[in-house]
Amino acid sequence: MRDTHPLRPLRRRKGVAVLAAATGLAVLTGCGAADMTRQSSPYAAAQGAKTVTLSVQSWVGAQANTAVAAYLLEHELGYRVDTVQVDEVPAWDALSQGRVDAILEDWGHPEQEKRYVEGKKTVTRGGDLGVTGHIGWFVPTYFAEAHPDVTDWKNLDTYADQLRTPESRGRGQLMDGSPSYVTNDKALVKNLGLNYEVVFAGSEAAQITQIKQFAKEHKPFLTYWYEPQWLFDRVPMTEVKLPEYTEGCADDPEKVACAYPHTPLQKYLNTRFARSGGEAADFLKKFRWTKAQQNEVSLMIAEEKLSPQQAAKKWVERNASVWKPWLA
Amino acid sequence: MTATPTPTHAPAGSRAALPAQARPSSVRPAAARPASSTAAATAQDSPRRGPRGPLASRAFLVPMGVALVLLVPLAVAFPGSGSWPAALAADLSDPLGRAGDWIIDHRDSHPLFLYFFGHVSNAVVVCVRAVYVLLLAAGWTGVTALAALVAWRLAGVRLALTCAAAFAACGLLGMWVPTMQTLALMVVAVAASVAIGAVLGLAAGLSRRADRLLRPVLDTMQILPAFAYLLPMVLVFGIGVPAAVLATVVYAAPPMARLTALGLREADAGVMEATASLGATGRQRLLTARLPLARRQLLLGVNQAIMTGLSMAVIASVIGAGGLGDRVYQALASVDVGAALTAGIPIVLLAVVLDRTADAAGRRLGAHTVPAGEQPLLRRVFAGGYGRLLTLLAAVAAAVAGRMTGTTVWPDSWTVSLADPVNSAVAWMTDHLYSGVPVVGGTADWAARFTGWILDPLRSGLQAAPWWLLLLLAGALALRVGTWRTALTAVLALAAVGVLGVWEASLDTLSQVLAAVAVTLVLGFAIAVGAARSARAERLLRPVLDACQTLPQFVYLIPVVALFGVGRAPAAAAAIVYALPAVVRITVQGLREVDPAAVESARSLGATRSQLLRQVQLPLARPALLLAVNQAVVLVLAVVIIGGLVGGGALGYDVVLGLAQGDLATGLVAGAAIVCLGLFLDRVTQPAKEA
Repeated sequence: MRDTHPLRPLRRRKGVAVLAAATGLAVLTGCGAADMTRQSSPYAAAQGAKTVTLSVQSWVGAQANTAVAAYLLEHELGYRVDTVQVDEVPAWDALSQGRVDAILEDWGHPEQEKRYVEGKKTVTRGGDLGVTGHIGWFVPTYFAEAHPDVTDWKNLDTYADQLRTPESRGRGQLMDGSPSYVTNDKALVKNLGLNYEVVFAGSEAAQITQIKQFAKEHKPFLTYWYEPQWLFDRVPMTEVKLPEYTEGCADDPEKVACAYPHTPLQKYLNTRFARSGGEAADFLKKFRWTKAQQNEVSLMIAEEKLSPQQAAKKWVERNASVWKPWLA
Repeated sequence: MTATPTPTHAPAGSRAALPAQARPSSVRPAAARPASSTAAATAQDSPRRGPRGPLASRAFLVPMGVALVLLVPLAVAFPGSGSWPAALAADLSDPLGRAGDWIIDHRDSHPLFLYFFGHVSNAVVVCVRAVYVLLLAAGWTGVTALAALVAWRLAGVRLALTCAAAFAACGLLGMWVPTMQTLALMVVAVAASVAIGAVLGLAAGLSRRADRLLRPVLDTMQILPAFAYLLPMVLVFGIGVPAAVLATVVYAAPPMARLTALGLREADAGVMEATASLGATGRQRLLTARLPLARRQLLLGVNQAIMTGLSMAVIASVIGAGGLGDRVYQALASVDVGAALTAGIPIVLLAVVLDRTADAAGRRLGAHTVPAGEQPLLRRVFAGGYGRLLTLLAAVAAAVAGRMTGTTVWPDSWTVSLADPVNSAVAWMTDHLYSGVPVVGGTADWAARFTGWILDPLRSGLQAAPWWLLLLLAGALALRVGTWRTALTAVLALAAVGVLGVWEASLDTLSQVLAAVAVTLVLGFAIAVGAARSARAERLLRPVLDACQTLPQFVYLIPVVALFGVGRAPAAAAAIVYALPAVVRITVQGLREVDPAAVESARSLGATRSQLLRQVQLPLARPALLLAVNQAVVLVLAVVIIGGLVGGGALGYDVVLGLAQGDLATGLVAGAAIVCLGLFLDRVTQPAKEA
């Protein structure tokens, strides 16, 4: 019988196309189980080179680490380096899944360490970065010099009036930064009984912009801040003494009433990469530098507005003796 | 403005714009194409929405006044009832937290992931990679040539030149590779959005019940801030391209679905009857009559999918999508506005080029075809199926030529740097405008006044008011503009915010939204009244409005902080920049559309210009003005998250915190609260909305 239906051949052709597409997809992706722990970026190695993927966090210090590591990996070891910008906690998750191969600067995430390093063993420690991090409350040095007693938390209330802003609900303003950073400030203000309001700038960029603006006008301010940070070279700041940090004093987030610890910053590698990453993995394990060296690169990025690559290149050219041992 | 070509299509096109426009995400594209959709929407509105007589509102005001007089003393008599009662709140943090942990623990072993999500993820990676490799292989010569040729075929020489110039600019700015990454991601995401949106739209267009079921789902997909569902995406798929593509699809599929459904439902009844009488089966009718008749809507849907998708490109960078968005985001880390703008401009260019091309393609569908003999020679050569082949061949030739000269990637030496001049401009601005400007005061003073005089009283008022009074007020407002159903939705939406346990934060956000909307409307109406009088002013304004809408908001985060300091004021400023263009455009169109006869007769009676404006034009343009109010609300709400990044606090901050700390509960709850606020505000500002 003749098929007079005008649509039928079209439909059949479409069916074939769909089937072909589905088969193609199945072949491409493999028919069996998909491994969620082995997925790389579609942009990686598009030009056929061995690729390392580094995570980079939003602060400039982390950019400096990554830039220098990436520069050396590319120019000395012949890798292609992809960088992925991602917040700290999601970065851990990405590390465990193999989306990134390494985090170069971790500020201490006990929960994640327990889950991924000790539990699932998908993440391996990569040793010290060589830089020690410290979080604290800071006032600009020009203000601390004019009023030396502001550097003790007990006297902060006297200055609350001077530190008031439209956002601080009639109290003094303690400016906090990005929501991704470790902070106990709300509890601290409450437990130390201070007449202050914690105002979240919401991002480090906003916080830095505001600090620079205050400094330009020579205004007093009180801010959550951390070392190492390039901004200290532009806006000198003095730390406010909080009750001394003792082991375990910050364990209960409700009752915390002590300063932040000094944290030797850590590197972490994806376990599979650490085992079979060859020269790149060895290099990243050996990568270790000082606060001053990191700041040198950070400052070039943040203040001279060099691209991270250019800044890394400059630093690498000047400091062969520092990085040569990392490659050995 | 362009008139819609046939009367059959006019109502379809106009209403197509309406449901889409009431949502935050799709407004950008709709307003970026000011000519057709918005104008048609407002034109269509006036007859449909009967003006509410003064009698009706007076009859309503009296009982409302009485109720207020009775209730306010009650509210004062029970002080301390300001916050939502804890007994009526549900704490979701525990179950949501457990769900997050379960995903992380089972992601590598559970069959759901191994045999479903894993394959989805792999398929996305494979597709994006294929497109990306293809784009890289074509080189800049091939890509630019193909884009220009396609634009030329669809829209003529001018757009082809624009297109080539836009791609060249991406190269000149040193952004070639990131642009290609974004393009690859967009191609896959838009293709998936269009496919999924078309399927959903088909269901909704053919079945009333499916439509009713889908409507709230689509609403949620669009109002839920992307930041809130990025985290679940990241948990399931991990950071990177798959999660980014799928998040984009969630955001970009709804406009396509809505427009498809609309196109199908609007199909000319006469044609449908004719095909039915010819004995066509349902499927035949769909394929031969309904779908072809809905072509314009489908194309508009594709266009909207592209535009909403592009607006996600930057947000998706937060979870490692790479490309241009990532460059903008990284520049933010080193507080470098110049670098952020350098990466933002290609996004604007892509948006403008894609929008204009799709727009032209849509217009061509309705236009008469010029007889072949009268077309210019080149056009004839490139017409039809052979023309398509020829276009492709020409592009391939360009690509090969590019390869032979060895320039597949844009040469580094051909780049210009925008960063330095932009940064010095921003520095100058903040040096000279922040404070100490004579007479008017610096921007910091304005911000302080705005915070102290408007935001603070509004926030304390809302937070101090008893919760039941606010619910009553919400119901009354919604009843005034709609039906009891509208009122019920508004009350329930507001109550849901309390039940979710974020009452205080939500009212804080609400106060910011209301204040920003007020400023947006005042500025927007003022600008629009000026622009409506002079075509030249409007022409000058157009590129500025385009840029305000398509430039990634991350780019102007730093300038607003530099001008207004950290806090709620810069958040409001960012929201105003984003919402202003839509308000201006809709209002200008509304004023233009006012019946010329009415204006003429008023003028002949000797009305002055201001009388004309106040007593004739503004009242007649009322539907457009109301739409503008609605748009302002929805758009401002869409930027609440961005406000969280500059110190706006409240819900926006919670959503960002949720993503940054991997805290599913905080992020999702705050996101849901934003959806509820959006629903509530939509109901009380969108009069006589079709069900």
